[in-house]
Amino acid sequence: MNAVRSTSGPASAPAPVSAKKPIVIALVVLVAVVLLATAIGPADLSLGTVLNVLASHLPWWHPHSGVSAINQAIVWEIRLPRVVLGGLVGSMLAAGGASYQGVFRNPLADPYLLGVAAGAGLGATVAIISSSRSMYLLPAAAFVGGALAVTLTYLVGSRATSHSSGSSIVLAGVAIAAVFTALQTNLQQQHAADLQPVYSWMLGSLSVASWSDVGLILPYVLISAVVLLAHRRLLDVLRVGEEEAAALGVHPQRVRLAVVAAATLGTAAAVSVSGLIGFVGIIVPHVVRLTTNASYRVVLPVSMISGASFLILADLGARMLDAPGEVPLGVVTAFIGGPFFIFVLRSRRTHQGVL
Amino acid sequence: MAALAEVDYVVEVQSLSVRYANALALRCVSDAVQPGEWLGVIGANGAGKSTLLRALAHLVPYEGVVRIDGANAAPLSRRHFARLVAFVPQKPELPQQMRAIDYVVLGRTPHLGYFGVDGDHDRARCASLLERLGLGAKIERTLGTMSGGELQRLVLARALAQEAPVLLLDEPTSALDLGRRVEALELVDELRHERGLTVISALHDLTLAAQFATRLLLLHEGSVVATGSPAEVLDETALGHYFGARVQVLLSDGELIVIPRRRSERKP
Repeated sequence: MNAVRSTSGPASAPAPVSAKKPIVIALVVLVAVVLLATAIGPADLSLGTVLNVLASHLPWWHPHSGVSAINQAIVWEIRLPRVVLGGLVGSMLAAGGASYQGVFRNPLADPYLLGVAAGAGLGATVAIISSSRSMYLLPAAAFVGGALAVTLTYLVGSRATSHSSGSSIVLAGVAIAAVFTALQTNLQQQHAADLQPVYSWMLGSLSVASWSDVGLILPYVLISAVVLLAHRRLLDVLRVGEEEAAALGVHPQRVRLAVVAAATLGTAAAVSVSGLIGFVGIIVPHVVRLTTNASYRVVLPVSMISGASFLILADLGARMLDAPGEVPLGVVTAFIGGPFFIFVLRSRRTHQGVL
Repeated sequence: MAALAEVDYVVEVQSLSVRYANALALRCVSDAVQPGEWLGVIGANGAGKSTLLRALAHLVPYEGVVRIDGANAAPLSRRHFARLVAFVPQKPELPQQMRAIDYVVLGRTPHLGYFGVDGDHDRARCASLLERLGLGAKIERTLGTMSGGELQRLVLARALAQEAPVLLLDEPTSALDLGRRVEALELVDELRHERGLTVISALHDLTLAAQFATRLLLLHEGSVVATGSPAEVLDETALGHYFGARVQVLLSDGELIVIPRRRSERKP
């Protein structure tokens, strides 16, 4: 039988899925984007000024920067917190999208499909309506709402069939999102006086970002990132389907629960400070898949880094397109995301197997 | 059964029943498979072939006892079980963009820590498996670019990477043409001898089942109606009855050939 050849000498180990090169490239891009977005703004600053201010905040080096106090403040108190917060939010939305697409094996799954956004929207609306000091409560309320919606989605979806399949959970997510959105709209109509803050939060914005926002979500972002990255190989195992993953000794439901919980934690934390920003979770992981190996060992870390770059750039667009006014960030991402969504659908039809 | 005798069987099944909704898909099946045996499970569509294999693979809930190497399999962890039994489904899921080597490395999962990542050792083993199955040149290829026969061997390579003594194959050749079909079964047989594997497979083609399996198990409506050597099981009257067709069994050069015939004597 000519198909079977005998082993000619010991085979050397083939290279593992290489994540190093794409990660390094993504990191270089991120650094460039951070510097660019910090330098560009209504008050034009040179790259040197930005680097000077950054260097002066290094813990073990205090050079005399020679940068004026006002420029110091613009970089350190206004632009950098916004850039960093945008980066954290983008990285969580992208990682959440990649993870949901993996566990539900649905290329269009994203943080919004499972009701995270609708739940967070309801939470935020309740906070804005019920308290005059709502700005302090808003992140927590949005977080609770998002987490509640995903929990309900998971419970309904996994009860729907004996073995919780990807599609039944996505369908449950759509249903839960519809109910939460209806409740939110109803509340909003009854309290028309508070329409403006609710509305601007819903559209998504980073315009009031501060270091305290960064500190607020950083712990959740770190936990979420660590848990998701730890599951990167198991997400690859799930690519062969629920049954075969089980035959390989994995509990698909357990992996799914852990990944969904971590992705939701990160996403809800992000949405709570940024408002509703759509499409990042679809655009970024798909571009990463198209340009690199589709293994989650590459897709997850590179999506996290590139998601940060993408959202920082989108926010730069939001600041600059209509300066001195601002375009809502969610509008910018939707403008890029809508056409991209159609592109994904079309390419999916021509060659199956985006995942 | 004496305790000593139990060790002689790799896979032992006692009163295995599987219920789908309220219908019994498998009724009280008992059998004992010896090490190195190739048990061919045959039967008409819906007779319970796949159900039996999926129950043996612990992918569907069942009543009764499955023993692997003398130990009750039910309390074993999934990871432990996957080191004893490898399962190849009828239609494996093949992620188009995955590289061949990465696909085969998935078979190492039961040997890795929960959050562990495969090392050089795992990949070297998988590479030599691919070499052994004639896919040495395709290691870096993505699944979407490989032919049906190559994919069949790739799936087999992943199952072998589990290094389990028992191999369950659910209609392993249904997607292949005639030549690839024989080739794939030859390969399984070679590996069975090489590695002392115990093979249990559902087989559609009765002629191939007769040529490759060392023993056949005929299922009808979820029950075992016959078991024994191919010559004993492939009886014209019994096959005619259980498959609902007129069947002729010929002996050619010492090999059994099963031929389906038109029901009536009418000529076209």
